Formats: sequence, C-alpha cells, structure tokens
Amino acid sequence: MSATPGGGTETPSHDVLRSLLGAWALSACSAEETDAVEAHLGECAPCADEALRLRDAVALLHTERDLDLDPLLRFRVLENCLGRRPARIPVPEWASPYDAETARLDALLRDIGEAEWNRPVQLRWFEGGEPVHRATTVAGVIGHLLTVDGLVAGALGLDDPLGRDAPHAPTERTEKFWLAESRPVASEVHAPWRNQSHTLIRTVSFAGHGVADLSVSYSDFSLSLQDSLLDRAFECWMHADDIAEAVNYPYDPPRGSHLHRMVDLAARLLPAALAGRRRSGLAGPARHLVAAGSPGRSLHLEIEGAGGGDWYIPLDSPAALGSADHAVAQVALDRVEFCHLVAGHVSPEEAAAGQDGDRDAIRDVLFAAASLSRM
Amino acid sequence: MQQRLARGEAAALGELYDRFASLVHMLAHRVLDDDTAADQVTREVFGYIWENPDAYDPRQGSLRSWVAKLTNSQAVHRLRQSEAAALARGDGSSEEVEQKVRRAAVAARADYIVTSMPAPLRAALELAYHQRRDYRETARDLGVSEDEARRRLRLGLQLLSTAHTRPLEGSAPPGYAGYGRPL
Repeated sequence: MSATPGGGTETPSHDVLRSLLGAWALSACSAEETDAVEAHLGECAPCADEALRLRDAVALLHTERDLDLDPLLRFRVLENCLGRRPARIPVPEWASPYDAETARLDALLRDIGEAEWNRPVQLRWFEGGEPVHRATTVAGVIGHLLTVDGLVAGALGLDDPLGRDAPHAPTERTEKFWLAESRPVASEVHAPWRNQSHTLIRTVSFAGHGVADLSVSYSDFSLSLQDSLLDRAFECWMHADDIAEAVNYPYDPPRGSHLHRMVDLAARLLPAALAGRRRSGLAGPARHLVAAGSPGRSLHLEIEGAGGGDWYIPLDSPAALGSADHAVAQVALDRVEFCHLVAGHVSPEEAAAGQDGDRDAIRDVLFAAASLSRM
Repeated sequence: MQQRLARGEAAALGELYDRFASLVHMLAHRVLDDDTAADQVTREVFGYIWENPDAYDPRQGSLRSWVAKLTNSQAVHRLRQSEAAALARGDGSSEEVEQKVRRAAVAARADYIVTSMPAPLRAALELAYHQRRDYRETARDLGVSEDEARRRLRLGLQLLSTAHTRPLEGSAPPGYAGYGRPL
C-alpha cells in the first residue's frame, strides 16, 4: 500500500510526519512514508531530535527471554526468608503441597498467551471400570479446579464460587459451572482460581491445626481437610500436566517430599476403594478376614523414584493392618506412572508395573487405584 | 500486603513472591546476564523485604516500583562487585566498568518501563517490534485506527526512552537503598 496518511501523493504535513516517528523508528511504515519522514528530518530539528531518541529506545526493546522460573526457586527463596525471620503465622506443613502446586500452575498460566486458553484439553478418568473422557479447554480446566477447590473453601466457611446450596459432587459442580460459563475466558477463571487458592492457604494458616481434621464432603465420600488439600494439590498437578501437554510446555512432577504424601494418600484410600469394588462384585471375595487392627493379607506396593517408597495395602478389609510379613503379591511402579494410574490417565491393564505373586490381588489393587480417579 | 508481611504471615510472603518473582528475576537477569546470579539477587531481595517490611513507604510510589528499585540496586551492586574483582585481576578499565554498569542499569529500567506501561501501548510495540507488523497491520490487529496505532507506537517509545534519563518511577530519596548499594 503506498497511500500516505496525509492522502494523495503530495508531501504530508508536519503533524502527520511527526505522528509517524514511532512507526518509522520501528521500521513499521511504508517505503514512501519512510522516505518522506527521512526527508523531513533533514529540515526539522525537533523531529530529528525525537527520531534519534526513539531509535535509541528501540534498541532497548529486546526479544523476551523465556520467563520460566525454576519452581524450586520459590521454595529456596521462601526457605531463606523464613530462616532469616521465622513466620509468626506459618503455612501449615500439610498445606505446603497445595501451596507449591498452585504456585507452579499459576506460573505456567501467566506464561501462556491469550489464544492458548482456548486450546482443547481432554479430561480423562475411569468410571465403573471404563475409561471416560470429556473435552474442554484450558480455561475450562481452570474452571473445574476453581469449582472443586470451592468445596474446601465452603468447608472452611468461605464463599463457595458456585454460591450457596451448590452441589457437593465434583462432577456435578463442574458441569454446573460449565453450563453457566459455556466458554469461560481467561479473565473469568484465572484470577478467581488464584485468589481462592491464596485465600485457602491464608485461612488454614490462621486456623492452624484446629482445622486439619475438619471433614470435607464430596457427596459420596469425605476427606479430612488436610487430606482434601493434599488431594487438591494432586489434582492441580495432574490438570497442570493436562494443560502443559495441550500448550506444549514441559512440566515436572512435584517435589519428592510432596509427591510422597500424594502417593501415601492414594495408598491410604486403596483399602476402602477395594472394599467398595468388592461390594459391587467388581473385585474378588475376601479370603482371610482378621480382627480389626491385626495384620492381614497384603500387597506390597513399591513406588520408584524421588518421593517413592514401600506401602503395604491390606487386601481383605480396610480394618486390617497392611503388613510386610503377610504380603502375597508385589507391584513395582514408577512414581509418575502410579500417579497417572490413580488419576485415570492410564488403564490398569496398560500401567507399566513390575508384578510378582497373587495375580488376582494385583489386578484388584490396580483396578481399585484407577477407581480413585474422577473428573 | 505490607501489614500482613509485618505480622509475619508466611502466606503473604508466598503471595508477594507469586506477584513479583518473575519481575525481580527478569530485572536481575537483565543487569547480570546470569541465571545463578539472578537467582541469588531474587533471594536477597525477598529476604530483605521479609526482614524489613516497614522499609516500604507507600507515599513514595507503588509496591511494585519499590520492589523493582530494590532489585535494580541489588543487581547493580552485584555487578559492580564482580566487575571490581575482574578489574583487580587486570581485566578492563574502570571507565569500562562504569559504562557497563550504566548500560545494565538502563537496560533494566527499560524492561521495567515495558512491563509497567499501559497495556495498549505494550501490545502495539509487541506487534510492531516482536512480530514485525507494520503500523497498518498493527492497527488492524488491535482493531484501532491507523492514527491511533501511530500514536501508540510513538508514545510507547517515548516512555521507553526515559530509561536513559529518569530513575525508576517512585524512587526513594538519595542514599536510601540507593544506586548500587547493598540491601
């Protein structure tokens, strides 16, 4: 396009040429305009001065560096601060995985562009032994986290983002939110999610140990507040992983000590999940019932990698104690693989697990692990 | 925020980090051009704020500009130290050191100006500079008139050019965690 903003082919006015100085300095105007501006600079000292300054300013712009901060830096910086001046109101130890995981996801979200919020994301989980999935967007995933975190907020007496009388079941809550916000945009979910997670951390810091055992209802089950926040940290990581995959970002697993607690929560939930499946006829019958609190037939769950360890899952009753001496089978899994199994991202049949011993017990535990998953 | 930090709320420290860590790290990196050194400055800046929550005076400007200024001071201080060490080894002259320090400080101020300028100006510069769009395409992409696109580009560069002349917005009185002084 060769038309000058002054219109026609005659020399543009001083005002028009001056208005072009920024675009000229950035080499963002047409060849004709560039020539006209440069001819003008030879005659007009104020414009020549300004042109020089703006050209120098362009040199100060530079290609943005990738701003990914090492997530461990947050931990190290805060630890250094707290070493120099201990907190009078600390964040409870049991809330620190949630604190760390929400901060990691927030950093990822702040790095992605507006268009990426609309990238499609497949949520995957297991329901009734079958893999199911649901299509949404990056913004839809944050809406999901916002609404389910809202259950914990509600349990603490904070405002529920879905308002009063909202359902307790996580899936129902999410569907309700998505129905109201059919295509949520970044601004409708990012700040509300982040503000709510900050408020949760702040509230449990002030409440301290008194609230750790408060019960949080998810409709068909409930968790203590400390387990609930740990579960939210786990979900935050898993969904951050979904998002990272959708926008082609690398995303690491949580710190070993945090991941260990997430695995431990799953291991603690497994016996009841197993019993539930047994009641529905989905798992084999109990073999040797023992008195509550006594060691029973167990599966040795060995999780490999930072944060891993050994867990003994009682097989016949949630009331029995897991025991190395009564282990009838062993399953070895990489830590991330196990977490993906619990999240319903890999099927029990496909989970890359080293197996040894009673095959029925192994099958039942792997399926019970997948049954812990939900939207 | 300041009151919460003064009260010793660890949760407020976490929020402070979440708000400013990428700014602090970016400015420190711009001055020092080294990841490890930028990590170290980040640690020092947050350590200083956490230990001295009352050092910030809201009448002097926004918390953000104060944090940026602390960072610039600390990063320049570090750069001076490492350059002085190089000088002691016989590398370069003191004039070269001064020039390098000044250039780094200006570059960091420019970065700060870009992050704090009104979003419409930043968006226009982003299109014209990073995405190599001419001002007519920039106008179309932004949904504004060509006049307005020219105005935004010019104004954005005018703001940026103050990095050469003016200290950071909301700067503290001289001698107070000043230019290149340790925290």
